Amino acid sequence: MTAKLTTVRCGALTTVQDSGRPGHAHLGVPLSGALDAPAMRLANRLLGNDPGAAVLETTLTGCVLRPDRDITAVVGGAPCPVTVDGRPAAWGAPVRVPAGAVLEVGAVTAGVRSYVAVAGGIAAEPVLGSRATDLLSGLGPEPLRDGDVVEVGTPALPVALPVAAPWPAPPAELVLPVCPGPRADWFSPAALRTLTSAAYRVSPHSNRIGLRTEGPSLERARTDGLPDGLPDELPSEGMVLGAVQVPPDGRPVIFLHDHPTTGGYPVIAVVAGPALAAVAQAAAGTPVRFTLG
Amino acid sequence: MTGRPSLATRPAGRYALLVELPDAEGAAAFHAEVLRRRAAGTLPPVREIVPGARTVLLDGVPDPQALARTLTGWDVPPGAADDGDVVEIAVRYDGPDLADVAALWGVAPEEVAARHSSPTYRVAFCGFAPGFGYLTGLPPRLHVPRRSTPRTRVPAGAVALAGPYSAVYPRSTPGGWQLIGTMPDPRPLWDPTRERAALLAPGTRVRFVTADGIPAEAEA
Repeated sequence: MTAKLTTVRCGALTTVQDSGRPGHAHLGVPLSGALDAPAMRLANRLLGNDPGAAVLETTLTGCVLRPDRDITAVVGGAPCPVTVDGRPAAWGAPVRVPAGAVLEVGAVTAGVRSYVAVAGGIAAEPVLGSRATDLLSGLGPEPLRDGDVVEVGTPALPVALPVAAPWPAPPAELVLPVCPGPRADWFSPAALRTLTSAAYRVSPHSNRIGLRTEGPSLERARTDGLPDGLPDELPSEGMVLGAVQVPPDGRPVIFLHDHPTTGGYPVIAVVAGPALAAVAQAAAGTPVRFTLG
Repeated sequence: MTGRPSLATRPAGRYALLVELPDAEGAAAFHAEVLRRRAAGTLPPVREIVPGARTVLLDGVPDPQALARTLTGWDVPPGAADDGDVVEIAVRYDGPDLADVAALWGVAPEEVAARHSSPTYRVAFCGFAPGFGYLTGLPPRLHVPRRSTPRTRVPAGAVALAGPYSAVYPRSTPGGWQLIGTMPDPRPLWDPTRERAALLAPGTRVRFVTADGIPAEAEA
């Protein structure tokens, strides 16, 4: 028999995530999946799970879970206090949670998203091969609410305790290597210089769709010459993960896993994939610098 | 007849390439060629092939520069493949913007059904929501602007127009398109349990017929 987890407190936003739904972008299906994918994979490996097994992704305020059978779990990603029935437990390493005990994943002390992996993985119903919650298009399980019950799969291996693992610290400053984007030529040379030299900050309006920034506006070089003074419209085109899209307000937005698959605002640059794990852990107000590299 | 495509390749990160064609027809032809080559096993590994209005994004490509160099040597038959089945969508022409669209077209409201159901459309690309296809094929003189004020809720199955496109909303969302009709049972549009999750996948040809099953009278 496998375990069930009751959500005692769901926190600000707790979703089921895995490696997402690659291969369906042409149908309008976002990639989705864990924003800090290396954290998800490490948490799973510590439990003997497949690295892409489904986990819970929390947002800032953690969550509280009660299993109906003994489970082994790892809480990693953004650092936070972890307790089992009120007693301090390990963060970033396997923890045994007895049947009926309460696993509390506390508010983050740094970063944004903690990951709760359970030996056996979260066993939600897959949609297009993935259990990930896609907040843009509503595919996959709904975000958890208080009282929801999630099922756990069958653990593959007995887990050795304790295990130490190298977890990267959330970024105090985001330094993001970018390549020029497909529409870099829609911007003036001054705008490109601004992007790679100005100080930006993470906006509190960021979410799983995109990391919004606050800072100097990037002006387009091109207009369509119409007297309305509005910028030229870009016909819809495919968007990649990490695209730095510039909406009409001129503040760059970095597309994250739930981003729309096609869009109509020009992409000035693209953030290298390995940097996106740090983007997922950058709290509002974190300084951001883009560097050509 | 085949020809070397007039295309531009644009960088889209370390593992992707945005291929830009001169127009929608060029993009359709190029997209069809990419799919032919993938089916034939002569395309390098590509994770996502995402058509746009006049682009095709090739994402998850190990060496985009090398792929970009080979693309310019491709022979691409003009036009999209048009040998596949045609999906028929039954429509009740009862949308709340029917009268506005009729006025923009300069016809009586009863005429909208005949004009809209006359062309054979093609799904140029998807986006906005899973299974939301942007259908091309409407003659330019029938293109209409978006509504000046978007609706907070457009029902699933709404048949809509905006710019050069026609679409059917696979589910209820906010939307700014002009609504001219209703697909009475929109469930086939998106069903992720089906082998083909999206009824209106890129490249699919589409005809609209009036909901009583009788094709609307073709436009003279």
